[in-house]
Amino acid sequence: MSVLIFVENWDGKFKKLSFELVSYGAKLAEMYATEAIALTIGNVESSELVRLGKYGAGRIIQAVNPGITSFDSQNFTSVIAGFALQENAGVVVLSNNNTGKAIAPRLSVKLKAGLGAGVSKLPATISPFVIYKKVFSGNAYANFIIKTDIKVLTLAQNSFELIENDRNAVISQVQVDWNSAGVKTKVNEVQKQDGKILLTDADVVISGGRGMKSPDNWGPILEFAELLGAATACSRPVSDEGWRPHEEHTGQTGKIIAPNLYFAIGISGATQHLAGVSSSKYIVAINTDKDAPIFSAAQYGIIGDASKVLPKLVEAVREIKGK
Amino acid sequence: MKILVCISHVPDTTTKVKFIDDFKKLDSTGIQWVINPWDELSLTRALELKDDAANGVTSVSVIHVGPAATEPTIRKALAIGADDAVRVNADPKDAYYVAAQLANAIKGDAYDLILCGIESSDYNGSTVGGMLAEFLGYPSVSSVSGVKLENGQVVVIREIDGGKEIISAETPLVAVVQKGIAREPRIAAMRGIMMARTKPLKVVEPVEVDALTELVAFEMPKPRAACKFVDPENPKQLIELLQNEAKII
Ligand SMILES: Cc1cc2nc3c(=O)[nH]c(=O)nc-3n(C[C@H](O)[C@H](O)[C@H](O)COP(=O)(O)OP(=O)(O)OC[C@H]3O[C@@H](n4cnc5c(N)ncnc54)[C@H](O)[C@@H]3O)c2cc1C
Ligand SMILES: Nc1ncnc2c1ncn2[C@@H]1O[C@H](COP(=O)(O)O)[C@@H](O)[C@H]1O
Repeated sequence: MSVLIFVENWDGKFKKLSFELVSYGAKLAEMYATEAIALTIGNVESSELVRLGKYGAGRIIQAVNPGITSFDSQNFTSVIAGFALQENAGVVVLSNNNTGKAIAPRLSVKLKAGLGAGVSKLPATISPFVIYKKVFSGNAYANFIIKTDIKVLTLAQNSFELIENDRNAVISQVQVDWNSAGVKTKVNEVQKQDGKILLTDADVVISGGRGMKSPDNWGPILEFAELLGAATACSRPVSDEGWRPHEEHTGQTGKIIAPNLYFAIGISGATQHLAGVSSSKYIVAINTDKDAPIFSAAQYGIIGDASKVLPKLVEAVREIKGK
Repeated sequence: MKILVCISHVPDTTTKVKFIDDFKKLDSTGIQWVINPWDELSLTRALELKDDAANGVTSVSVIHVGPAATEPTIRKALAIGADDAVRVNADPKDAYYVAAQLANAIKGDAYDLILCGIESSDYNGSTVGGMLAEFLGYPSVSSVSGVKLENGQVVVIREIDGGKEIISAETPLVAVVQKGIAREPRIAAMRGIMMARTKPLKVVEPVEVDALTELVAFEMPKPRAACKFVDPENPKQLIELLQNEAKII
């Protein structure tokens, strides 16, 4: 029995969420007193593969085939399912990001393995296998038992800490079957926005709502974000109005994020907004209305006008950082 | 081209959820049930595609797995504009169970494009769409923020980390949709509400399927500590707290 961790790579590179996943899988393997195996698909330099070993993986498998040129949910599922069976995996762990959400449900059916989607903690017990997850968009949580022998889990991003534990992992490159003719989804074009910190990856997020009054007032938010190395976000009305791009909309119908620090500036804190940000470790709210619901979700708050408070905040950060 | 929209039936998003039976069951008193917001948008997009005759969409159907009490939600979808509906007469036990029922009810019906939402706002699974595709052996694209039809092919926009992919897919296809798929949900007009009463709603009995997961109990979120307020005249204090107390910047 083993724990198999599917680790996505982005043009041959891993990122923080990859290491979170391996840390999680390795801890889970400890609960079973077994080995954690990290699996990635496609070309990755060995120096990059070695990095996965630092977080407790005992083995690292790189599945390759010259036919693999883009993502395909059916073929990726087949490759992962093949390794799950070959390695006698008791649990397969994936990220709860776009890729994981595309593969995990297919894998669950293919392996007839119960799926725990979006878990944020290790199982309370492994026999029975009890998982804990957010339900009703964060208004409640639930414990579920996964009843099957094989389990599939997707781990919520930024919910599990990195745990260093170098096991001198054995790295192997394995040629796998890839059914090019079976790829029924063809990628015609890829549009990338380069250079920006991704909202879903960011440790700090600065978000503005309708209380910012006009798109012309976003200057201090951008400056503040730049100083803190943060990503920018917004509430739904702000993106609906076209004040900010749609990629920035957070909430139930936008992106669901869990940064370490979320600044909600001129955001009232409607339940649908909180559904996307309530897993943030810290929330700071700036709002003129002392009764705004956002203050019930926040640990730190300033009751005041954003147009006056923000420039002072920017100044304070400049001072502290000596910029 | 036949389009099918899978709809789930969820408490209105502003509901303050409460539980009964030792936290084993949702207290449904006073809950306003709605079509899952994503499914409302999928349906809207499907109808927009049908409105443009050049697309050759012959029908837009909806399907739902749920007991008879959920029929008003299905009628609402018919009132918005779906041509016909299927209800699988079963209590959704888990996502695997629902997807298996959907697959069974659909097989043989030759839908070309099946739309599912990225997640139901109740159990937040993000799973039924992918599972359904695997049961049917169809390709699937997830995180779809746009869909159009071009020469018998479905062209979708898939959101990826830091960008988008434009993908052309063979049919039949399951597209799992999210933000961007349609702007505003279409609402039912009076005429639609009248017509909905007479539109076909077929009830299918469930097949025997074992759920793979089982609820133990719900929990309420732990209350957060009270918010610490900082003087608006001295925001520097906030930065200091974040550095020294929270230790996050
Ligand atoms: C099905 C559904 C899904 C939804 N999904 C989402 C979602 O995903 N994300 C989302 O964000 N919303 C979503 N909404 C909308 C949500 O209900 C709220 O309407 C929205 O979040 C409000 O945005 P806001 O806080 O920016 O604006 P408002 O509610 O207008 O709040 C503005 C706030 O700014 C404060 N303010 C005003 N002036 C100043 C100033 N000078 N300085 C500081 N503060 C000031 C006000 O006191 C107020 O609290 C959804 C709604 C529905 C029905
Ligand atoms: N009971 C159901 N009947 C029909 N479709 C459903 C049902 N539950 C979920 N779905 C579909 O699956 C999507 C994702 O739901 P979930 O996987 O439960 O988060 C929804 O947006 C619907 O399209």
